[in-house]
Amino acid sequence: MSGTHGTQTTAGPVLGDTPPEATSATGEAGDNAAGIAAVGRVARALMPETGVIADPTQLRTYECDGLAHYRVTPALVVLPETTEQLAAVVRACSEHGVPFVARGSGTGLSGGALPRADGVLLVTSRMRTIREVRRADQRAIVEPGVINLDVTRAATPEGYYYAPDPSSQQICSIGGNLAENSGGAHCLKYGFTSNHVLGTELITPQGDVVQLGGLAPDSPGYDLLGTVVGSEGTLGIATTATVRLVRLPEEVRTLLVGFHTTDDAGAATSAIISAGVLPAAIEMMDALAIEAAEAAVHCNYPDGAGAVLVIELDGASAEVEHEYALVEQFCQQNGSFELRLATDATERALIWRGRKSAFAAVGRISPDYIVQDGVIPRTALPEVLRAIAELSSSSGVRVANVFHAGDGNLHPLVLFDGEKDGASEAAEQVSGAILDLCITHGGAITGEHGVGVDKAAYMPKMFTDDDLDTMQLVRCAFDPGNISNPGKIFPTPRLCGEVPGKRKKAHPLVEAGLADAF
Amino acid sequence: MTTIDLDTARTRLSDACGEVTDATPADAVDGVTAALVARPGSTEETAAVLRAAAAAGLTVVPRGRGTKISWGRPPESADVVLDLSRMGQVLDHAAGDLIVDTQAGALLSDVQETAGSAGQRLALDEPVAGGTVGGMLATNASGPGRVAVGTARDLLIGVTVVRADGVVAKAGGRVVKNVAGYDLGKLVIGSFGTLVVVTQAVFRLHPVPAARRFVSVPFGTPEDASRLVQSVVHAQVVPAAVEVEWRVDGAGTVGVLLEGTPAGVEARTATTRRLLGLGADAVEAAPLGWGVLPWTDEPGSTGLKLTCALSGLAPVLIAARRAAEDAGIALTVRGSGGAGVLYAALGADAPVEAVADVVARTRAVCTEHGGALVVVDGPPAVKAAVDTWGPVPAIDLMRRVKEQFDPERRLAPGRFVGGI
Repeated sequence: MSGTHGTQTTAGPVLGDTPPEATSATGEAGDNAAGIAAVGRVARALMPETGVIADPTQLRTYECDGLAHYRVTPALVVLPETTEQLAAVVRACSEHGVPFVARGSGTGLSGGALPRADGVLLVTSRMRTIREVRRADQRAIVEPGVINLDVTRAATPEGYYYAPDPSSQQICSIGGNLAENSGGAHCLKYGFTSNHVLGTELITPQGDVVQLGGLAPDSPGYDLLGTVVGSEGTLGIATTATVRLVRLPEEVRTLLVGFHTTDDAGAATSAIISAGVLPAAIEMMDALAIEAAEAAVHCNYPDGAGAVLVIELDGASAEVEHEYALVEQFCQQNGSFELRLATDATERALIWRGRKSAFAAVGRISPDYIVQDGVIPRTALPEVLRAIAELSSSSGVRVANVFHAGDGNLHPLVLFDGEKDGASEAAEQVSGAILDLCITHGGAITGEHGVGVDKAAYMPKMFTDDDLDTMQLVRCAFDPGNISNPGKIFPTPRLCGEVPGKRKKAHPLVEAGLADAF
Repeated sequence: MTTIDLDTARTRLSDACGEVTDATPADAVDGVTAALVARPGSTEETAAVLRAAAAAGLTVVPRGRGTKISWGRPPESADVVLDLSRMGQVLDHAAGDLIVDTQAGALLSDVQETAGSAGQRLALDEPVAGGTVGGMLATNASGPGRVAVGTARDLLIGVTVVRADGVVAKAGGRVVKNVAGYDLGKLVIGSFGTLVVVTQAVFRLHPVPAARRFVSVPFGTPEDASRLVQSVVHAQVVPAAVEVEWRVDGAGTVGVLLEGTPAGVEARTATTRRLLGLGADAVEAAPLGWGVLPWTDEPGSTGLKLTCALSGLAPVLIAARRAAEDAGIALTVRGSGGAGVLYAALGADAPVEAVADVVARTRAVCTEHGGALVVVDGPPAVKAAVDTWGPVPAIDLMRRVKEQFDPERRLAPGRFVGGI
């Protein structure tokens, strides 16, 4: 598994020469060709010619998402324009036992939208209408292909915005965000997608259309919406999202603070949080990540910094004023040598550009790299950073650290040159060891990128068989046929027993007079 | 109650758990007589009790301190009350990480006391005092503070549960940011004990604000109430709570809670008073009745939960008042106008048919505005005669979830939506 020049890979379960096409997670090309053909006929009858892709060359353009290391060519790609079309295609998949994978903009970093070689890829990019911005209700209703940032753009004239802001927000879709429960720099204060999606129209894996949640909170019954958000497309496909709009704050202050060491920056972070200050964001970058960002976007971060913090405070002016004074004090007490306050939108954008470009920027200093997404309790930060540094020096594999310091979500970038013998294997090992560190410190293997195909093999390190089996009871309730994005999240699928739901006709045994249905 | 062999059941449960007693009339679940009470002391003992109950064919109703045991529908049967009060430990408060790990039988007040020792709190109001963490989760109880911080679904980050077949499972963990696996915690919140038994929970905490101020103003009509609520939520004062109270005599108050630093709260209080206009008053202590469910004031009354989109506030208030007046029933409303969640009390001794009529008419308007109406609590005759949960979208999917988790319907059967 050698990395491609300039692409990112991650610690994956598929090592060695086994192509992903041959694993149970991705299916085998040519399987159930009759089923695929039948689904294709249904799709073509409903959609314009450009909405159904079966040409092998065109199909290949959909072979991966933002995690380009895994590639599988789908058997068929469908680009529906309406809920009805999408539901009809899903129904056809269900009838013919054809697996399907939903895809928004394809920016995911865990292979969550990796196609199935024996299945249909359902792309939502033609479902891009912002249906309503309801200022009086502080809600918007949008289609799944709508770009994250476009929700904010539509709401800003009303004084509102959409809070979850993954760094891909200029291109990622709300449907993808919903599937992955996406986070972002500002979720420290404002929470994740699951806190901001309050309703969805869902197409079940049987092709039924159901409404979960809506404009009002606390829908009676089980909180199926809460389970669907973050289920990585394994429980159905969202065709609308009712999202919370947040009032724009009276004031925003963005600071860039230089420290000599990550320990100092970590101590300042802890001091701020312990004092009861909840900034909108606290982001950290270490020296290597700063070097990469400088090379890529010339963000002009403080010279000689061993670490920088990007801190953003927002809210009512009087509160921000007070919090700013505290933050300044805690940074100075913990050895900061330079503190810059953005005085206008341009300066603020420059500070954020260094941080938001960090992943791509690492490509400037290393041909290949692996992005991790582990989470640790914030208090374990100094210890874990030291352990990562030791791993790096003992293995000779460079690691750049960029992370959401406020909530302990690490994005170590493990650098390597895939052209060199053994380099990718060494990087994989360091990357895996970092995840082990997160687990042993009471954390999680993924904070916002999702499990996908990439970390399914790590799930048993974090959860017992019984935990995973219990989660899959939900899967069995929604998708007993295991056709909705199969092979993601769970390393081993659970057999669901008898398939509930509609039967087209009587059970064969009943028909043959060999059994009775009660 | 199902027909059970009490002696066999008692023996089997006693093997599973040290504390098993015969139930008394006080252990009845919303009027349904229980046979036995099991008090496990650990997750493992809870699992053993559930396995024993399954083997003996017994139904099980989980209970914390029983403060909300009459919410929802009465169960079809309650052979065993699974009392979690012996699992009352707050296990770990990691102040630096702002989390608390607690057994489900712990009192919410104990959790608050522990968190408070480090200037922190679990940012959830307790509408019924004296309850446990598990009871709060089972009923999805919340209060005025939900406007800023949300409800249990926004605070629960890890959960340990025991399934009806005795299998122990956990989901989530001890970190706030975590997308590994399905979020079973959300599925369990508000499930009224019908899915699994929660034995342990981890929550994120928030700092206790240094200052708080309540700004209140009287209102005349529902349209006025709506206008006042809208003026606050669209301003930039970041309210922690926006309450609406509409008393039985038609007098009303909009109350806004501001929390933060002393200087910040002072400035935002001034802004809020200007927004609310003439007669707006600011005080430091919570006004009388703040966050109290209106039906707890009057035993025998019927308690409703009304939800709607924020813009539906006035129509829902008007519909409820008109329906109550037509039926000749006293109505009190109190709730989170800024979140679209209102609680209402229909006076005690109201004729059942009249209550049913108010429920049906008000429910129609809540539904029209994107919400629902649930009869949370009430006299047995009322619960028997009205559709307490109302129509529920996606009920088929919910039944399938129940079927997977509890195929034999042992856990609190019949208490939840659609007879689940």
